[in-house]
Amino acid sequence: MTRAGKNTLFRVLLIGPALLAITVFMIVPLGLMAYISFRGRDYSGGVLWDQFSTEAYVRLFFERELDGTLALNFNYMIIILRSVWLSFLTMVISLAVGLPVAMFMATRDAKWKAVLVFMVTLPFWTNLLVRNYAWILLLRDHGTINSVLLWLGIISEPLPLLHNAFAVAVGLTYSFLPFMVLPIYASLEKIDLRLVEASFDLYANRWQTIRRVILPLAYPGIVAGCVLVFVPALGAYITPELLGGGKTLMIGNLIGFQFGAARNWPFGAALGLFLLALVLVSLGLYARRYRGELEGSQ
Amino acid sequence: MKLNPFRSRAFPGDARHWPGLFTATAAFFAYVYLPILILIALSFNENRTVTVWTGFSLDWYKMAFSNRDIVGAATNSLIIASIASVTATTLATLAALRMASNDRFLGKTGINAVFALPITVPEIVPAVATLMFFASLGFTFGLGTVIIGHIVFCIPFAYLPIRARLEGMDPKIGEAAADLYANPVQAFWRVTLPQLVPGILSGLVLAFIISLDDFVTTFFLGGAGSTTLPIYIFGLVRTGVTPEVNAISSLMLLLSLALVSLSLFLGRDQNRKTGPG
Repeated sequence: MTRAGKNTLFRVLLIGPALLAITVFMIVPLGLMAYISFRGRDYSGGVLWDQFSTEAYVRLFFERELDGTLALNFNYMIIILRSVWLSFLTMVISLAVGLPVAMFMATRDAKWKAVLVFMVTLPFWTNLLVRNYAWILLLRDHGTINSVLLWLGIISEPLPLLHNAFAVAVGLTYSFLPFMVLPIYASLEKIDLRLVEASFDLYANRWQTIRRVILPLAYPGIVAGCVLVFVPALGAYITPELLGGGKTLMIGNLIGFQFGAARNWPFGAALGLFLLALVLVSLGLYARRYRGELEGSQ
Repeated sequence: MKLNPFRSRAFPGDARHWPGLFTATAAFFAYVYLPILILIALSFNENRTVTVWTGFSLDWYKMAFSNRDIVGAATNSLIIASIASVTATTLATLAALRMASNDRFLGKTGINAVFALPITVPEIVPAVATLMFFASLGFTFGLGTVIIGHIVFCIPFAYLPIRARLEGMDPKIGEAAADLYANPVQAFWRVTLPQLVPGILSGLVLAFIISLDDFVTTFFLGGAGSTTLPIYIFGLVRTGVTPEVNAISSLMLLLSLALVSLSLFLGRDQNRKTGPG
């Protein structure tokens, strides 16, 4: 066998198995999902394979009346808008909290940096379900926060903290905050503190220094962090399921519902494709401007 | 880098001492760790009302360990995580060995994108897509379908650290082996692999944790007899908060914390050069 041929064979044997696993059990299913979104709905919980239909997409915007006419239906639009809004809110809160934390971490000496990075990373590897469950204990009517506030006499009635958009926003921020801190930290880590000194020597005040020196340096990390928080928040399933209490559904729950009680696979497939498209557009916009940095930040 | 030692600590240009940074960081860590600590504390609470502390007790742990459903769910979790992490790490190691080399070949960027896909896309989408795929092939949902789903999303978690480790290796060591008349196979077994083992183990443990903690994929690809601990906890939480849940949840948290510490310990780069890790 020629050297080049051997090289190709070697490549196929090494890369092939992993590539095949992801292709067969992920890319092919995603393709099938796109196909199913254009098929008819079998009411017993399946697909009418030989029937082309755009009903799943029509359903996103309209409701079919008994006589077959279409009426505008905002129910699903509201869930989609809520998902985008809550993810955006999560992103903004994470940025507001994450920036000073990253700044603090980046200005410590090497030993402390390692400890702080470890402490930020650690919660990410613990069970997401359990971390969200912990917030049920805190936010319930008789939960930790209400108990403390009642005991302090600040409130006389428990505040309704759980099962609403507030609880979901808190849970989403809690789940994805490390994804904001770490990339910003990574871009600030190499910052030369003499730049900040120089800025002050040139009569800039603290605010001007932040705006003109620190933010431009942190910018790539901020953009990466925003993408890394926004994307998983948009597809969240557990947090709205546990903390939203059925009233604050997001796209993920709506998708899941189509494969459970609602038994509408083509509609679930169309929603899945829609979410996938939203995510790919967000990532695409990012990758076009910051080619190559996405990989480095993960 | 040394800052001017004659300047006082309060010098406004010293970014290390800016007001608010420390407070913000302290608040951040309180926000991140307090809920976890409160959960663990409440799991030792003797009271049934769950959120009011009345005294120390191990009763909920005893109850959890004697509950057959919980033990069964834990066993399933361990079976799935073991098979999925070992398979995914094997596939990822093979691929990383070839992908980490410097040569360019057609589709290399594309292949890297495919390997990152399972952690790029929100989990719910591939979960329901695979559900439809398996259903249309007539598969029976259970441990087997869950394991396949887990292998797929475990691959990137093993692949990324192993590839990083390979790329961080000094190519001169391989050249030295060749100078000492090692053939490529010997050089691989005697030089490359021993250096790579900590990276592989680190990737393996990460994949194991990710599989152990998974909810969404398991929920949609599971069937009768494939209940894992997260699925069991979810079921209990939906019907109401019980102290038993606190106990199992705390155990899961502590297990993850122990494993990730182990992984980071294994994966640390002892003779790392300067540059991004």
